Order: sequence, then structure tokens, then C-alpha cells
Amino acid sequence: MLAKIQVLHPGLYTSIQDLGRFCFGKFGVPQSGVMDSYSAKIANLLLNNSEDAPVLEITQMGPKLQFSEATIISICGAFINPKLNGNDILNHSVIAVKKDDVLTFGKLEYGCRAYVAIFGGFKVDLVLNSASWYEGVTNQFKLHKGDELYFTPTAPLGNQHHSGLKIKTDYIKEMVIPTFKGPEFDFLTKAQQQHLHSACFTIDKKNNRMAVQLEEPLENDLKAIITGPVLPGTIQLTPSGNLIVLMRDCQTTGGYPRILQISEEGINSLSQKLAGDRIKFILPILK
Amino acid sequence: MSKKYPFFSPMGDKAILIEFGPEISEITLQKVLICKKHIEIIRSKEIVEVINTYCSLLITYVCTIENVYNEFLALKSLISEADIGKNINSKLYHIPVCYEEEFGLDLYLLASQNKLSISEIIDLHTSPIYTVCFIGFLPGFLYLGGLDKKLIISRRSTPRMKVEKGAVGIGENQTGIYPKSSPGGWQIIGNSPVNFFDKKELPPCQILAGDKVKFYSVKKQEYLAIIDEMDNSNFQLKSENYVG
Repeated sequence: MLAKIQVLHPGLYTSIQDLGRFCFGKFGVPQSGVMDSYSAKIANLLLNNSEDAPVLEITQMGPKLQFSEATIISICGAFINPKLNGNDILNHSVIAVKKDDVLTFGKLEYGCRAYVAIFGGFKVDLVLNSASWYEGVTNQFKLHKGDELYFTPTAPLGNQHHSGLKIKTDYIKEMVIPTFKGPEFDFLTKAQQQHLHSACFTIDKKNNRMAVQLEEPLENDLKAIITGPVLPGTIQLTPSGNLIVLMRDCQTTGGYPRILQISEEGINSLSQKLAGDRIKFILPILK
Repeated sequence: MSKKYPFFSPMGDKAILIEFGPEISEITLQKVLICKKHIEIIRSKEIVEVINTYCSLLITYVCTIENVYNEFLALKSLISEADIGKNINSKLYHIPVCYEEEFGLDLYLLASQNKLSISEIIDLHTSPIYTVCFIGFLPGFLYLGGLDKKLIISRRSTPRMKVEKGAVGIGENQTGIYPKSSPGGWQIIGNSPVNFFDKKELPPCQILAGDKVKFYSVKKQEYLAIIDEMDNSNFQLKSENYVG
């Protein structure tokens, strides 16, 4: 028998994600998956879950959730002042939840996305081998008021905390994003390449699971490319100079020049940035 | 800067891009698809998947690539042993399209800009055997090569907020079908009742890169009947083996 979580309030943009939907890019299906893979994995490992168990991804403003049975949960990533029945709880700890307990969140302190893991993982139907919600592939793409989530109930357990687990949080505020050259990097002028090295960029309001846009334009006269493959972490440069960083829900192909490719760590850092935050690229890291 | 093709470059530390030359042509696509198949078979254990477009292959790896230059060399030799001249076994699918005014929102624009009658447009669009170059943009969106030059028309200057599921469009020298409703900038000339993406099926797309497609015109009544059959899973796309 599965136990239920009642969604009393959905939060700003809350979805179920695992590490992604792989092997279906050739059918035009985005990878999806948790935006910040580091925090999601840690949240699972704290509970002895496999690191790819489905978690709840919370964006800036948390949901209000009521548990129908006892379990244990953990929260990692952004710190959004989580509370259980109104009492403060901490990120990076194993939290025992009793029947009818209510989980809420308060003010966002740092980061952008928090991950709630639950013992055994959230139970959702797999679509194309993944639990990750994505509009058009899964029936649901974000949480709504009145929804129900499911988990396997468990008797309250002792402290499960991995004493050996070292948890990093500095990457959440890290402004330096490690990058590689993209396929069209060498078409930029030396001055443009230099500018990418040295300048700071600001996260634009237009940022979501598909892409993060940067405010400062990079003037250029690069030609469009013949539609080619792109990946999460690919930075595209549009003719009007917009820098678009593709994120986990991005399409599989695109026609703008791909000037940089950010690393997995960089994608995780960028996932924790809010509009107005500043970033800087270090490049290129080539082996 | 000029590149020597095939050109190998890393895309991050878990993917390698192979570019075969900046052109859209049947010859390049064949080369791309044959190399793709060869890499998929030989490297099945190390790779997540290989995605192709008109003239590129993107190989994504399960693990971080230890030495990217060694991997370039290995892929180079794989590519050189792939039998480029070989024909790929493919299927030809016959796709119904309703070109009536109700669906063909931009038919009149295309007719006046390209100085064609509506029936000429339908003839020109249903005559060729198109090649499925790749699937991208949306799950199940087939990029089809082989459009008659007389039908080339630029994309809309402002994309539509919503293009209907099944819409058949033309963007420059490409034609394709929107597998679900979505924003889109292509000029719409008809609608197909066929489902091109089914998330409950593995694989989720029946038609694959390298397959062939030919359109046939249906009246609204037949269009609606096919939608009914699709809903009851009674509709089978007509297909045959294609050697070309």
C-alpha cells in the first residue's frame, strides 16, 4: 500500500524529477531531470536511497504538504526555511515525519532550488524510463493544489545520517562557472573571446528549466549554423547578441552558434542562481 | 577559421561532436547515418546515445571521457571503416494530410507569394519521397528533406503562439509536422491526423531518422475517420521497405 502526501499549496514551480530521461534524444525528447544534480543526489544519499530516486524539486517558494503516514525526508540545495508543523527544521539532515505532519517553507535565504527526498523515493509512473516531469511527455509537469503524491510508508527509523557524507554548499553561491569551448567558439574574434573570459554577466528574468538567459549582450556577426545537436549546458549566441544557457529541459537541436559548453558543476551552480545574480565564466578547460 | 571535415570536437567532458561539413545534402546525411549506426553498434557499452542532425553526430558517453584525443582517434578509425557506400535499410511511410483551408492557414499566402494554385501546391507537396533527416525541436518532430524548390517560403516573421497538433508546415526548404500543439514559426499548409509520438510505446516514434515519407491528400471526412481510428488504435500507417 502506498501512502499519500496531500498538496495543500503547490509552491511557485514544484515538480518530480530524477536524474533524467536518457537515450530518447534521437526522438527529440529532452533529458529533463533535476536542475542541480549534486543537491538531489545528496538528499537521496542522506536517506540511503539510490541517488537517482525521484525527488521533489522546489523553485524559490516552497509548497505546503501534508503526510498521511510516517516516513523520513531530507532537504538539500537552496535554503527556504523549511518547517515541520511550524517548527524550524534544517537542510542536510534526516527528518522524521509523523502521520498528519505538515511541511511548509518560509523565506528564501540562499540558492534557487531545493530538493526534498523521501525514504524510498516518490512513487510515480515512469514514462520512457524516467520519473522526470516534462510537459508533453508526462501527464503532469508541475504540482497543483489538491494533487496527491505517493510514497512507501515506513516505521520511524533511527538516525540514518551518513557520518562520512561531506556536504558542499559553497557551489550554490559560487559565481565562477567552469566552461569548455563550444563548437563555434573559434569563430568568435579574439576580443569577443577575451570579453567572455573577463566580463561579469547577470542572470536575466527569463530563466526556467529550459534555459537561462543573460542580460548583457555580446555583439557579434556570427552566422546561424545548420541545425545541429545541443545539450544541457550549451551556451548559444543569437544574432542580436543574447547569450542563452540551455538547461535540463532544453530541446535536442538548435540553429544558433554554440559558443561555450558549461560543465555539470557549472549547470548545478547556475541552477541555484536568481534573476539579478552575477556570474563569470572561466574558460576554456581543455584536457 | 576553416575546418577539416570530418571535424571532431568535445562538447563538455561527456560528449563528442563530429561535423561532416556545413551542407544539407542527401550524400552527407547518408554518411552521417551510416557512421551513426556503426558507432552505435561498436560502442554500445560506452555510449548513452548518438544523435544526428543533417551533418553532425553527437555522441554522449556514460562516463567522463578520460582522454578526448585518444577517443577522437578511435572514432576516426571507426568512421573510416564504416561502409559509406552501403544502402541503409529504411521504410517508406505514407502519411495522410488534409490540405483543406480550415487547416492550411498559410496556403493562400504561399499561393500568392510563389504564384501557384492550391492544387499545384498539393501536387508539389505530395509528389516527392522525403527523407527523415532527424527528429528534433519537439518529441516526434520529423525534419524532412526533399521539398520541391517551388514550395520554399521563409518562416513567419512573428511565430504563432499556438500551432495545432498535426499541422504540416514549411520553413525555408524544410517541411515537417508538429507532433503536438506548440508555438511555431513555419507556414502551415495542412494537417495530418497521424500520431507521430507515443510515449507509451518503445520506441516512442515509429518513423526513424533515415526513413522515407510520402504524403497523400485526404478530404476532411477521411481525416476525421482516421482520427477516430487513431483513438481506437485501429489505424496502421501504410509502409513498405525502401531501397534507394
